[in-house]
Amino acid sequence: MPEIIKRKKPLSVSPLKTSQTVGGALAFLGIARSMPLMHGSQGCTAFAKVFFVRHFREPVPLQTTAMDQVSSVMGADGNIVEALKTICEKSNPSLIGLVTTGLAETQGADIKRATWEFREKFPEYDKTAVVAVNTPDFSGSFESGFALAVKGIIDTLVPDDKSRKGLRQRQVNVLCGANLTPGDLEFVAESIESFGLRPLMIPDLSGSLDGHLDESPFNPLTAGGTSVDDVATACESIATLAVGESLFSSAELLRKNCDIPVFRFGHLMGLDEVDDWFSTLANLSDNPVPERWRRQRKQLQDAMLDTHFMLGQSRIAIAADPDMLSGFHRLLTGMGAETVAAVVPAKGIALESLDVEQVHIGDLEDLEKVAREKGAQLVLGNSHAVASAQRLGVPILRIGFPQYDLVGGFQRCWFGYRGTSQALFDLANLVMAHHQETQPYHSIYAQKQDSPQYIENRQQQWRH
Amino acid sequence: MKAKDIAELLDEPACSHNKKEKSGCAKPKPGSTAGGCAFDGAQIALLPIADVAHIVHGPIACAGSSWDNRGTRSSGADLYRIGMTTDLTEQDVVMGRAEKRLFHSIKQAIEDYQPPAVFVYNTCVPALIGDDVDAVCRASEERWGVPVVPVDAAGFYGTKNLGNRIAGEAMVKYVIGSREPDPLPAGTEREGIRVHDVNLIGEYNIAGEFWHVLPLLDELGIRVLCTLSGDARFREVQTMHRAEVNMMVCSKAMLNVARKMEENYGIPWFEGSFYGITDTSQALRDFARLIGDDDLSRRTETLIQREEQRVRAALEPWRERLNGKRVLLYTGGVKSWSVISALQDLGMKVVATGTKKSTEEDKARIRELMGDDVKMLDEGNPKVLLQTVADYKADILIAGGRNMYTALKAKIPFLDINQEREFGYAGYEGMLELVRQLTLTLESPVWDAVRRPAPWVETAGELLTVNG
Repeated sequence: MPEIIKRKKPLSVSPLKTSQTVGGALAFLGIARSMPLMHGSQGCTAFAKVFFVRHFREPVPLQTTAMDQVSSVMGADGNIVEALKTICEKSNPSLIGLVTTGLAETQGADIKRATWEFREKFPEYDKTAVVAVNTPDFSGSFESGFALAVKGIIDTLVPDDKSRKGLRQRQVNVLCGANLTPGDLEFVAESIESFGLRPLMIPDLSGSLDGHLDESPFNPLTAGGTSVDDVATACESIATLAVGESLFSSAELLRKNCDIPVFRFGHLMGLDEVDDWFSTLANLSDNPVPERWRRQRKQLQDAMLDTHFMLGQSRIAIAADPDMLSGFHRLLTGMGAETVAAVVPAKGIALESLDVEQVHIGDLEDLEKVAREKGAQLVLGNSHAVASAQRLGVPILRIGFPQYDLVGGFQRCWFGYRGTSQALFDLANLVMAHHQETQPYHSIYAQKQDSPQYIENRQQQWRH
Repeated sequence: MKAKDIAELLDEPACSHNKKEKSGCAKPKPGSTAGGCAFDGAQIALLPIADVAHIVHGPIACAGSSWDNRGTRSSGADLYRIGMTTDLTEQDVVMGRAEKRLFHSIKQAIEDYQPPAVFVYNTCVPALIGDDVDAVCRASEERWGVPVVPVDAAGFYGTKNLGNRIAGEAMVKYVIGSREPDPLPAGTEREGIRVHDVNLIGEYNIAGEFWHVLPLLDELGIRVLCTLSGDARFREVQTMHRAEVNMMVCSKAMLNVARKMEENYGIPWFEGSFYGITDTSQALRDFARLIGDDDLSRRTETLIQREEQRVRAALEPWRERLNGKRVLLYTGGVKSWSVISALQDLGMKVVATGTKKSTEEDKARIRELMGDDVKMLDEGNPKVLLQTVADYKADILIAGGRNMYTALKAKIPFLDINQEREFGYAGYEGMLELVRQLTLTLESPVWDAVRRPAPWVETAGELLTVNG
């Protein structure tokens, strides 16, 4: 366990953190025909919407309970009921994901009671599921908000039924963390399918936010994702695969309620992690690992050899949510690189098993400071960290949220043998492009006539 | 902020919305609301002041999803691009430590970045727990000798528009009039040219577009004391009270600033726009007219003639390509007419325009420009927009970034004209960028490709029937 250095300064400068509320909303975007609803002032939703739209370059459904001055003071639970009713009326969604903001939590909103009141008053909308989650932005971060929403989805939609375990003999539950891209999720699903198993992804952003052009020009709800009915069958699966440490407690909930065995994974990057993944799938399915993965494994091994010259002993600075930071740290350590600066926006259980000396809970200013002290050669972070890398004079590889200055970054696949190979190539290329060559030495006796000193002398002679 | 103060800000006598129902300031409806809050508006209005430390006092959501997010550009200082927030924790909120954290945060910002001033934006949570942000700002200012300006703009106070006004009000109350303008820099005197001072209000220098206009003002001997707030510096805002004329650029949002400066300092103001040849020329004429310098008027006309001739010649090859193209324009407020004029300069036909935020006056102007047969859209949800594109056979949707994907998902060409855009369209020079961007999307070969069904679509249908 690393030494965790807490925030000491009062002001956060160049924040790394994205709010829990936004993370929570994202999880609901991976459910089909769903609408996330933020309980707060309208700005909370507007900011989150812009945040998602700039990252995914997709239209993003998101609504607000629109707390105003009166309801902020006098109580806004009525706004929840009204908002739920209005959304049902207008769009008839399968699910509304209600997440709270700091404003609502400070006021003391009772979202469970308000949801109950909505159910009592409007039984005609019983077909629309409502999942209510507390995700105030004054604690946690993006990753924990996402995890809380996943837990809420399981808690509300999956029946506590131990008797149906394994009824679906080929179905496995997959819980995936906040920082998986639609590309990563596609890898997860495809790899599971290649063993003759059926993945039940909770949630599945690869159906809704992968950036695809649909037939229908307009959809007020999510245009893909896991259906509410499918989620309910999670208690009939043979196993739960949790990808990302932040999801472990949600997987535990499925084990407790439905008696389904849990298999835990970190970010599926690097030889060991991916080996572990495929071994587990082979065991669960009783099928051999398909040839294409074996081939890609060999390719990765080759890529590791090719890139270890550039990445070995390189000094890396990483700013990301805990799961993601751990994933990249393990990958780079496995290549002989050293994580010299590690900054997370908030704590997470992934940090407990992390073998770095220090982890800072802080912002990008902290990252810059530590990276400068330790002479980092490469920064891994979101688009905001680009400015930090520029000030440090080192290259950056963009990871995590948000990536607004890179087209396609949102869907890149990092996972699996192939994704890892590409990540290693990119990392190595960045290091190589910024490689500091040995400064030329010009001998005082040289006859070359082209040393800078020689040229300058000659120019001076001309001037005279 | 007290309810009374909010009501006062909402009541803007110079705004023509005031006369009828206050549509821009209506209560938001839970479950069916889009658009930003008062904090968003305040931040948009002031963040472009480039050398100020902008501290957002609240938990992470307010700054975390929004910092370094605007298209506004600075010619030098870039402190505004560094996000600063007190990032309040649960402990701060529950134990009442937020004020203390703010006080020390201001100190940290001043010590680390030596800004000429600090702006503190109050947000929902501290407003709800009753932080006295004004008092903390006052105390910090006394303690560290740097101006600290409170901008009390909690999101739940109201809409973005209200936030703009709150921001303007803060400038009038705390900043404008606190310094005299510098003497004219040595070497700038020109024979026979008397220099006049002006301000621009509501110009944000999106994508640096104001830099297409500023050289012309320089040439005419019009010194811009301050643009509120594109590429502005704190020391410029301080001197705004010495302007001879204020121009409200393309927006009613900070009308209160122009009105108050008229009341307090007797500065006349006019509304104008730098979008399109016609409007740019008109704005230059209006400056000269209100300043009342005949020589300036004469030189302005000469400049206008030269520039119009030059840009019209440069536009000639493009006009043919754009002539007769049909546009659905969906923007808020004043932009609806200012952009129309730019498009008409190019021979394009605006078949419908959004008027949700427009006043009766704006609408009258639209009719004047386009005749009565134009379709005015009061409601602009994606469904309505797409239906209008279909009904009126529009070739392109021109709107804010939020509608970009509405258009693209429906396979309709699109041009972004709001503040997040990457290209500047202002002034004569901006027209050339505008035509380039318009033709780029209108004539793109991708539209055919994305509208074409996959070659196997029909055969797949047949196969299905064959196999039963």
